[in-house]
Amino acid sequence: MAIEARNVTKRFGDFVAVDDVSISVESGSLTALLGPSGSGKSTLLRVIAGLEVADAGDVFISGKEATALAPQKRGVGFVFQHYAPFTHMTVWDNVAFGLSIRRRPKSEIHTRVAELLELVQLTGLGGRYPAQLSGGQRQRMALARALAPEPEVLLLDEPFGALDARVRKELREWLLRLHDEMHVTTIFVTHDQEEALELADTIVVMNRGRVEQVAPPRQLYDEPANAFVMSFVGPVNRIGDTWVRPHDVELRLEPNGTTHEAQIERIVRLGFETRVDLVRDDGERMHAQLTRDECEMLELAPGDIVYIKTKRAKSFA
Amino acid sequence: MTVSRRTKYGIRAFSLGYLALILVAPVGLIFWRSFEHGWGPFWAAISNHDAVHALKLTLEITVIVVPLNTAFGILCALAIVRHRIPGMGLVNAIVDLPMALSPVVVGLALYLLYARDGWFGSWLFGHGIHILFALPAMLLATAFVSLPFVVREVVPVLREIGIEQEEAAATLGSSAFTTFRRITLPALRWAVAYGVVLTTARSLGEFGAVSIVSGGIAGRTQTLTQYVQASYENFSLTGAYAASVELAVLAIATLLAMTMLKPRQGGHDGNRGA
Amino acid sequence: MPRARRRALGAPTLSSGLALGYLSVIVLIPLAALVVKGAHGGWHHFWQVAWNPESSAALELTLGLAGAVVAINAVTGTALAWTLVRDDFPGKRFVNTLIDLPFALPTIVAGLTLLALYGPTGGVGIDVAYTRWGVLMALLFVTLPFVVRTVQPVLIELDREMEEAAASLGAARLTIFRRVVFPHLLPALLSGVALAFARAVGEFGAVILISGNLPFKTEVASLYVFQRINSGDTTGASALAVLLLVISLGVLLTIGALRRWATRHDR
Repeated sequence: MAIEARNVTKRFGDFVAVDDVSISVESGSLTALLGPSGSGKSTLLRVIAGLEVADAGDVFISGKEATALAPQKRGVGFVFQHYAPFTHMTVWDNVAFGLSIRRRPKSEIHTRVAELLELVQLTGLGGRYPAQLSGGQRQRMALARALAPEPEVLLLDEPFGALDARVRKELREWLLRLHDEMHVTTIFVTHDQEEALELADTIVVMNRGRVEQVAPPRQLYDEPANAFVMSFVGPVNRIGDTWVRPHDVELRLEPNGTTHEAQIERIVRLGFETRVDLVRDDGERMHAQLTRDECEMLELAPGDIVYIKTKRAKSFA
Repeated sequence: MTVSRRTKYGIRAFSLGYLALILVAPVGLIFWRSFEHGWGPFWAAISNHDAVHALKLTLEITVIVVPLNTAFGILCALAIVRHRIPGMGLVNAIVDLPMALSPVVVGLALYLLYARDGWFGSWLFGHGIHILFALPAMLLATAFVSLPFVVREVVPVLREIGIEQEEAAATLGSSAFTTFRRITLPALRWAVAYGVVLTTARSLGEFGAVSIVSGGIAGRTQTLTQYVQASYENFSLTGAYAASVELAVLAIATLLAMTMLKPRQGGHDGNRGA
Repeated sequence: MPRARRRALGAPTLSSGLALGYLSVIVLIPLAALVVKGAHGGWHHFWQVAWNPESSAALELTLGLAGAVVAINAVTGTALAWTLVRDDFPGKRFVNTLIDLPFALPTIVAGLTLLALYGPTGGVGIDVAYTRWGVLMALLFVTLPFVVRTVQPVLIELDREMEEAAASLGAARLTIFRRVVFPHLLPALLSGVALAFARAVGEFGAVILISGNLPFKTEVASLYVFQRINSGDTTGASALAVLLLVISLGVLLTIGALRRWATRHDR
């Protein structure tokens, strides 16, 4: 186990940010801490890094007890949401920082920094200052900087949160490739379930300081442990006591024993998919998700009455 | 809001007129009077023994006080912003106090403390250490009045930088001292520079507190500002004007330094005024 | 990240201790000595010493002049700030730099320059030496930058769109100033005024030459204290000095409260 947190609790005054949380992260894996704001995921990450001191519980890094260690001694690389660049240093000096304080020989530093800049595709920008870089470039610099001293673990706190959508997508792919190449144990915090589903081997879903479920993406999506996880990880409809994903909602033109009746309120065409907003006979609203073709075949129009059948509905005790 | 042309010109005339009357004309006159009859009289006035000594003493005091207040000012700012020590609000108030306090109050306080029957004075006198009417008291007085500037310039910048860069440095293995030296301090350099300039100006111009604690003995414990007063009171107008010009030149140099540093400092002028 | 985070990075208490030690030696302990001396003998004795005809006249004069000074500065300071922000003319940058001159110029020099121009040898037909007008002018000189520098940044940052919205809703220019611009300027204005007030109450160097220190006429509080010290009456000096200290503290508290009031909408 590369990282273990056991029964970690952290309070800020009366507010319990992390409530008796235990997780294990496998060496070489890419794990996501996923949850809404205030769920404690960033705090947990910072406790692992040593930037916060837990009120209770232990942290183990590579099998050794790290709970009392200062962040300097933990061998973790940390990447901040707003990059935390050393604004008065060039990109080169930023990346070299971790090595220069370890008094590595100049030639070694030079080679390593050049390597890293190439890895993050910032070659040639070493002489610039962070203020002169774009958001995406700054984040890549921050990554290179964190990786320079060869940490055992890489921690990223909402690394793409401050970037615009297109850059975010690019950097996601890029992080995946980086991880494939370097195999550093990586934990990243995000509130974006799409990001977690796309990147992580394992997802830890957190809510209000507690862990709701730990599972690989597919399992999380298909077999959510409770209603919270299900509704957080993807869009969901609630029908009485059961929960159904919009794409598991079938629309029929004729009733059939087990179907519910509903009226179409709106049809929203979102490119390849079409979302159909419905009102059921019991007054509740819901959505169905169809492909363009399916929708056209049924020749649906607002105001039509249709009949709903669901697949893979889940109920939680 | 676009005001009418007339209003704009009106406000402009009013404000610039006020500035000219209160500020520009008087200061200009001193320069004029000093050089009315050429360089000769001016040069003679500032090169007499007492005037030269006064200038040297003023500079000596400044050269000692400014680095002290800079170093401790940075420490104070760090304590206020970063370290959660109880009573930080009180510390803030103490730092601001010299800006609002009359210099005579400062001088009197020091006088009471270091006089022969004062709390510190009694012990010091017994050991033959003379603070009052000597350089040490002048240093203390000048340090008191010029204390706030570096702190007040550094505090908001420290707050703005936030703690993330320091945390990043820690995760990269940097010790607290190295982080301070390589990350925090460089980020503060313009704020510190601006604060140093303000501190220097205040030290050069100090008059009231120093008057009370120094005795103002010409050629011994008389600063340049005290020399101006003494010259005037001895009806030596030329001497007074000439020394004033010296001080004004130093002030203008300070002003230029302030103007150059202000934009780099991010225009953090709000503190001095608020 | 609105929550305050306890630093896990080790709070060096040595540096804080040094800083606090320095503050104590330089500022705190001397002031404590003053307060103790001033309060020596109890409340009744304090008032007896502090409140005699000469000292009360000095204090009244000081407060009166300070009040006049801040009233004048409120107007001229705002006008100057307006001119610097909303107007444009050749030499504006020079003027902007000039505003800080009273901060940089030694007070004794400031007083001397006014005396030179507006005194007996000035040649402009007026002589304010040894009069209250002279003292007033000296105080105006040294307090000139305060209101300007607090109002200026607020004016710069003022969102023009607010004024434009008001105009599009039909508000006349004066109304826009009164109801949209001025409320934003008020806290900054008051801060500047408070600082100017504190400065005017305590000013010494600029007034000493021009006032002549005539009791009951041009003797302000700081000159009274100075004169008492020279006469060896440190008790009398301390009593009034403590009053001045209290006024300074009061001003600082007011400024702090103003700042909180000013940012109430940001919280």
